[in-house]
Amino acid sequence: MKPEEAMRPDSQPAQDASGPGGAAPPGRRRTAGRGPIRRLFHSLSERTIVSLIYLCGISAIVFVFSIFYFIFREGAPFLRDGFDFQKFFFSINWMPTSEVERSYGILALIFGTGAVTLLAMVVAVPFGLGTAVFIAEFCGRRTREALKILIELLAAIPSVAWGFIGMVVMGPLIVRVTGADVGANALNAGIIVGLMSVPIIVSIAEDAIRAVPDDYRAAAEALGATRWQVVYKVIFPAAKSGLLAAVLLGVGRAVGETMAVLMATGNAVNIPADGRFPFFHALDSVSTLTATIASELGEAPRIGALPDGSYPPAAHHYQSLFVIGIALFVITFAVNLTADLVVKGIRKQR
Amino acid sequence: MSPPEAGPSTLGSGPDRAANLFAATDLTRRKLRAQRIAKYAFGAMAAAIVLPLLLILAYLLVRAWPMLSWGFITEVPANFMRGGGVWPALVGTLYLVTFSLLVAAPIGVLAGIYLNEFARDNWFTRAVNLAVINLAGVPSIVHALFGVGAFVIFAGLGKSILAASLTLAIMTLPVIIVSTKEALNAVPMAFRQACWNLGASRWQVIRTIVLPNSISGILTGLILQVSRAAGDTAPIMFTGVVFYMAVEPGTLLPYSPTDQCMALAYHLYTVTTQVQDAPEALPYATAVVLIGFVFVFNSAAIILRTRLRAKKKW
Amino acid sequence: MGRLAARLPLVGLLAAFGCGGGSSSGKPNAGKPAPRTVVRNTGSDTMVNLAQMWAEEYRRISPNASVEVSGGGSGVGIRDLAQGIVDIANASREITASEKAQALKNTGKTPQEWIVGYDAIAIYVHRDNPVQEITFEQLAGIFGKGGTIERWSQLGAAAEKDRIIRASRMNNSGTYVYFREHVLAKQDFKLGALGMSGSKEVVELVGHTPGAIGYSGMGYKTAAVKFVSVAAKAGAPAYAPTFENVRDKKYPLARSLNMYTLGEPQGETRKYLDWILSPAGQAVVRQAGYIPVAAGQGQ
Repeated sequence: MKPEEAMRPDSQPAQDASGPGGAAPPGRRRTAGRGPIRRLFHSLSERTIVSLIYLCGISAIVFVFSIFYFIFREGAPFLRDGFDFQKFFFSINWMPTSEVERSYGILALIFGTGAVTLLAMVVAVPFGLGTAVFIAEFCGRRTREALKILIELLAAIPSVAWGFIGMVVMGPLIVRVTGADVGANALNAGIIVGLMSVPIIVSIAEDAIRAVPDDYRAAAEALGATRWQVVYKVIFPAAKSGLLAAVLLGVGRAVGETMAVLMATGNAVNIPADGRFPFFHALDSVSTLTATIASELGEAPRIGALPDGSYPPAAHHYQSLFVIGIALFVITFAVNLTADLVVKGIRKQR
Repeated sequence: MSPPEAGPSTLGSGPDRAANLFAATDLTRRKLRAQRIAKYAFGAMAAAIVLPLLLILAYLLVRAWPMLSWGFITEVPANFMRGGGVWPALVGTLYLVTFSLLVAAPIGVLAGIYLNEFARDNWFTRAVNLAVINLAGVPSIVHALFGVGAFVIFAGLGKSILAASLTLAIMTLPVIIVSTKEALNAVPMAFRQACWNLGASRWQVIRTIVLPNSISGILTGLILQVSRAAGDTAPIMFTGVVFYMAVEPGTLLPYSPTDQCMALAYHLYTVTTQVQDAPEALPYATAVVLIGFVFVFNSAAIILRTRLRAKKKW
Repeated sequence: MGRLAARLPLVGLLAAFGCGGGSSSGKPNAGKPAPRTVVRNTGSDTMVNLAQMWAEEYRRISPNASVEVSGGGSGVGIRDLAQGIVDIANASREITASEKAQALKNTGKTPQEWIVGYDAIAIYVHRDNPVQEITFEQLAGIFGKGGTIERWSQLGAAAEKDRIIRASRMNNSGTYVYFREHVLAKQDFKLGALGMSGSKEVVELVGHTPGAIGYSGMGYKTAAVKFVSVAAKAGAPAYAPTFENVRDKKYPLARSLNMYTLGEPQGETRKYLDWILSPAGQAVVRQAGYIPVAAGQGQ
């Protein structure tokens, strides 16, 4: 393994005298007979275990590349013969099984994902950031612990359970409150996904707020600022990048959400916006990129190549779903990368 | 400046102002009011997130009540999935979770060790960290596509418990890596330095000092992985779960790793979208069992972490 | 690398859990005193309930056989059969010539068809909707591409909500394909219909939505929805999806429910199919809300 070789001359905390480890024999006396795992570790030589650690260390990179590779591998035949970039991204005709003319346009799905994400952020950003400010600045230790536990439980609720809640609770509620024609719509999914994105926004934003040095607060308070003034004149500007990263990660979460969206949006290939007032129709049913894959992959048959290496048109449906997967992978990668750079940016400043 | 006992002051707005130099002025009072309003406003936002959660959970519980009993957990679906319990789905979920933990735990913990103990501050480490973040950020349906492409088709495992658990393992790996890294990071550098100075090798230090001092944190991560793996539906839908599979009630090992299995999360999806004439309470009860299952694990993680924090001496 | 990485844990896990359960069809597990056989059954979502009910019922008669049921759709079932992964494929449509050829190429056997029951695709509306009858033409106007019927008032009905909400299925389910073939004459659906993932979901949605219309298997009827009688042509008599109308072939949207096996089935699979076609198995069909095949018509 090359990276291992490259990394060999250790190490980050190498200010000490012992130098790179590896030569010294593992100490036997201390750990003998203290449980099977300890003994297993013990029996492995230093060199083996250290190479294992390096190997696992790079595994994340290997997995990210293999995710891309295997999705690309399944989607490649479509990219090679059936793919028309302009039609794929700019046509709303998602008719992969048509007997008249198969067409693969994901524009409406992109709009659906966009609409759900936007509505989710309208819910999650103010409430998420507000909760983070409350937890970090305004409440006592008890309340803080209780709130953090509740928010952790909020994050733990499985996405299919959220979808179920969207179907049986949120849908009828929306119909009753707004008089919408149908309960399964973009707003329903937006609220559900918003609630699902709140925990990640709260936890990242709270970290960012806590990272603001106490000197800043003390200085502002000494000048006579109230807590509220401290928050919005000092802490918000200082924690700006962290808060932005929190929002970005929330967006990433909302774009990628699958089961809840599958059950709550109504799955209609539809652009929820047009020239009629109010231009954006949150009460329309939509379909998203993720939900389309989830609902259609099960029944899209994987058809092998013909003897001459080309694929029958029916094979493209399955492949096109993997191409949507590639698009999703790229979108979330970009969002996460941006969030990471934003966070790194603040670290560098300090 | 008039002394306090010299009667009403011309500066203050009231008699108490005269009594105390530090008494609140109008400005201060207004500021305090603004502060209180801000506090309540933010508190209301927090409540607006938390209260609906509690209300929804209570609602689910109430609707599920008629079907909830011990038998609902230990029995197999009966009367054409309109009655009975969720036993095979529960066991299936346990299978998936166990296998994925067996794969993800060693890789994740070692990767966490690598990132905290071995990696230097360079571009390569940044790339690894970025990969971890990205692995966590990839949508679960994309993990499902990966599972189909890599395990079901390429590795030839077919739709099976193995393929599904491997998919789950890779999806949940970041949970373990990140929490291991944080747990190790909380062990003070002085502990390590003391050992190095005694001539211990790098791995000896990790094995005898760092790991024992961070084991609770690592366990917390493993428990959270279990909770995450148990709840996700998309990655297993296409890699190894079935609508129904007949098993003996109460059998602990009804499946073999190459079988497909039922799973709680997918079971909730199917009773919601497929099963005809199901009693009203059935999907609610299934949802309650699923949420209860993940909550048990999350609460365990929370308790473990709280105790760990209370015990910590440094 | 990928193959190796995937196989390594496999070996370990097999070693650890190898004694855990059944083997694939027909091969009894050597290590166990009471061999358990698994019949793998995949396919149509329309039939998945019925298949599950059979599996559950069959277990009482033959406790050592375990029938594994999964949905996914008719196409998936037939594909898996053609790859030899499953023993029985369920399909709510007929197998195509190319699928047959694929199976023959992969496995050397021709799929054999078993008609195990009949199903009608019912047109559902909300129970408060005044509409009683509908023609194929009107259905095409509602669901089909280029169709101009968007409001209930266009059908002369004063529904609570005038806008028609179309509850359809995702674009590769057997029911969707059947509806497209028989009602829309193979033309496309209009975009913007709700593509529900399950038959029950369609009926649930229609039950919650006063302005909705949907199509789904007749077995899924609940108290919140009602059937609309269907006429194949304007002026022709409209029939409700009742047992009698379906059996007498008067109802225009009825189809057979099929099972496919690779060649002549053997062993447990054979026993299972025989039982399905027996009066006991057909009683389950009735219970599931479908129509049993007449005696002796099974093969």
